[in-house]
Amino acid sequence: MRLGFTQEDERFREQVSDWLADNLVGEFAKLKFRGGPGDEHMFFAERAAWEKQMASGGWIGIGWPEAYGGKACSLEQQVIFHEEYARAGGPGRVGHIGEGLTGPTLIAFGSEQQQRRFLPKILSGEELWCQGYSEPSAGSDLANIASKAAFYEDEGVWKINGQKVWTSLAHESDWCFVLARTDPASKGSRGLGFFLLELDQPGVEIRPITQLTGTSEFNEVFLDDAVCQADCLVGEAGQGWAVAMGLLGFERGVSTLGQQMLFQNELSEVIKIAKQNGAAEDPVIRQRIGDAHMGLKIMRYNSMRTLSANPGDGTLDRAALSYKLYWSSWHRNLGNLAMDVLGPDAELVEQQPYDLTRLQSLFLFTRSDTIYGGTNQIQRNIIAERALGLPKETRGKD
Amino acid sequence: MDFSFNEDQLLIADTADAFLTSASNSAQVRAAMSTELGYEPALWQQTTQELAWQLTHIPESEGGLGLGYVELCILFEKMGKHLCCSPFFSTVALSLNSLLLVAANDCAKSAIAAIAEQGERFALAYSGGGRLVGLDSITALYHDSDSYNGVCLTGDYHYVIDGHTASSFIVAAKNASNGQLGLFLVPKEKVDVAWTATMDQTRKLARVSIREAEVPASNILSCDSTTKGTFENVLNLACIALAAEQLGVAEQCLSQTVDYISERKQFGRAVGSFQAMKHKAADMMNRAEAARSAVYYAACIADEFLGGQPLGAELSEAASIAKAYCCDAAFFNAGMALQMYGGVGFTWEYDVHLYFKRAKAAQLTFGDSAYHRERIAQLVLEQIA
Ligand SMILES: Cc1cc2nc3c(=O)[nH]c(=O)nc-3n(C[C@H](O)[C@H](O)[C@H](O)COP(=O)(O)OP(=O)(O)OC[C@H]3O[C@@H](n4cnc5c(N)ncnc54)[C@H](O)[C@@H]3O)c2cc1C
Repeated sequence: MRLGFTQEDERFREQVSDWLADNLVGEFAKLKFRGGPGDEHMFFAERAAWEKQMASGGWIGIGWPEAYGGKACSLEQQVIFHEEYARAGGPGRVGHIGEGLTGPTLIAFGSEQQQRRFLPKILSGEELWCQGYSEPSAGSDLANIASKAAFYEDEGVWKINGQKVWTSLAHESDWCFVLARTDPASKGSRGLGFFLLELDQPGVEIRPITQLTGTSEFNEVFLDDAVCQADCLVGEAGQGWAVAMGLLGFERGVSTLGQQMLFQNELSEVIKIAKQNGAAEDPVIRQRIGDAHMGLKIMRYNSMRTLSANPGDGTLDRAALSYKLYWSSWHRNLGNLAMDVLGPDAELVEQQPYDLTRLQSLFLFTRSDTIYGGTNQIQRNIIAERALGLPKETRGKD
Repeated sequence: MDFSFNEDQLLIADTADAFLTSASNSAQVRAAMSTELGYEPALWQQTTQELAWQLTHIPESEGGLGLGYVELCILFEKMGKHLCCSPFFSTVALSLNSLLLVAANDCAKSAIAAIAEQGERFALAYSGGGRLVGLDSITALYHDSDSYNGVCLTGDYHYVIDGHTASSFIVAAKNASNGQLGLFLVPKEKVDVAWTATMDQTRKLARVSIREAEVPASNILSCDSTTKGTFENVLNLACIALAAEQLGVAEQCLSQTVDYISERKQFGRAVGSFQAMKHKAADMMNRAEAARSAVYYAACIADEFLGGQPLGAELSEAASIAKAYCCDAAFFNAGMALQMYGGVGFTWEYDVHLYFKRAKAAQLTFGDSAYHRERIAQLVLEQIA
């Protein structure tokens, strides 16, 4: 066990922080600390420009292999990048789905042609992606997809019909990866296809859904003969589930430490307020501040263990499996603490009629952390079954 | 950055686990805990002579193995897991750490040698009883002795871990005139000791009283402006060791409960197939995993501290985090275990109650979790402008 980073890594840290200090200025300065979870609708156009700025500095896909245009940075360096990015107040990335999910999926499962077509546009910040899994009857039961894809030999295209829901940032994205049934008679995880769907076309209608915050980050996406080119199916028809599951594996990883830096920024903001308004003298609030700090530190140590995964130590997979449940619960509690620290002031919105303060957004938005990406209940099922070997849940009759 | 065990550390863990599986099983724990002595002398002999566990983090220059606090915590984790009844905690986590931290003097050196070579048992006495913690709990007083070059010491000490079987004591006392903290080495002949029976029978406590004992200058371990800081760091290191034990408790409660609920059938199915049980088990695992991260991070920080590295400045914070989190995790898991075993969890026959009692005792030792959370809050509130 060794804490701390090598000198080479520290030099890399300097490089990152220098670049951010030089570039997160001028038109981009106002984006600092903006556009994160709960704030994703803010300054979208400006953040899209920032994505291109990042691309010009070569900071997108730094963990991808060099053969695919990445930098093949070590895990440590990726961690450092995310830490410095969050420390500098780097804005919420509009390209994170493409960089973190689509890219690695195509590198693992895509054809050479798909890799050549899509990866460069992710690295250049030109094409933004969203994730089209959930449907009205496929939530926690993700495999219960009803959307259907049929291949039209004559036109040489797939046509997809169905409805997606909760699709975050679909209204701002260019492409969406979609799960749809290639075998109409199939059920469950068999018979699915993983499609790359262009959103700007007549067969796709996107309707924003207003969230409890009054803003809209997610959407309903109606697919009515939505056209997908033959070469936009990733893997084989019927193998979509394997691709989708591989992708979920990319969702947790090196970005966790950067995420924690954002959490640290939020917690620090709450603590500052507590010091200013006297909440920090309340022994119960002090307990909760101590607890929040402790929880965040341990979150970091958990990630450090996961990242240093030692094949000889079987317990490490367990730390990785518990990550989502851990951070989502912690973050939800932070949102609540923020309100309790503010006291009655927590009620007052920023601007008429319903422009919420950052902390109100935090309070409300963190309630989704325990729902999306597998609810806390689903996380517990996964832990109990995969890590502890307890019996699987039984399915009802549909 | 590499936050995983190396080959040697994995080997230490496996060896310790295998040893304790045969030397500290349920029957052996119950035999030891039901005596006033509280441990099996043969086991003490084996751990200190054949296995020489007490040498783990003693520097090679002092005749030790020169390994780190991480390795030591691996041992404590396994001892916690097997509820090992042994004066190892009082001798190593409390006393040896005190001796290693005081500025090197002959008195400390010969005491370290006595632990290293003869496996002598030491205890640390400081608290005057009650809810106060650490420095604040010290009520014993000393006067500079007029008749000779030393001090004269009087005090009543409570909750002295393994005090009734120790052959030497490290005692803390405050100067009667200026409050200056001192740490002294006192042989058992100069103290009155009484065993105090405890709810958690796997760890013994004693009351120690000292009446106007003359402590010669040669037995003064530390008595200057650094003593206070040294004493606080001894407790920090002890908190980390205790947290490691509680990690073992949390893990064991989880794994035994999972085994039990996988076997036990009701309503024609394993009770472990009920979601209410699965979700509790998942919560237990979450806590055990987080506890593991907290302990080994703190152990790494302890090594940085002992090696005089800058990260060592995090010691109190890391110790409080490990102490509060792991003790709560262990108590949570033990409480869950008791519930999930059903009626048999409430019996004397099953071991669940032993873990449950041990976990509660640990929570209340060296400051409860609220105390440590407050300590963390203080640090954080100071750091953030
Ligand atoms: C802010 C936000 C953004 C999102 N973004 C996207 C996106 O970009 N793309 C996308 O595809 N999806 C997205 N989602 C959808 C998200 O993944 C689903 O909401 C989630 O998987 C839960 O599905 P559901 O809403 O249908 O709830 P349901 O599955 O209907 O769950 C209802 C309740 O039942 C519980 N439950 C369900 N099954 C079980 C079980 N087996 N055991 C115990 N309890 C159970 C759940 O925990 C929950 O409490 C987003 C959701 C939110 C809130």
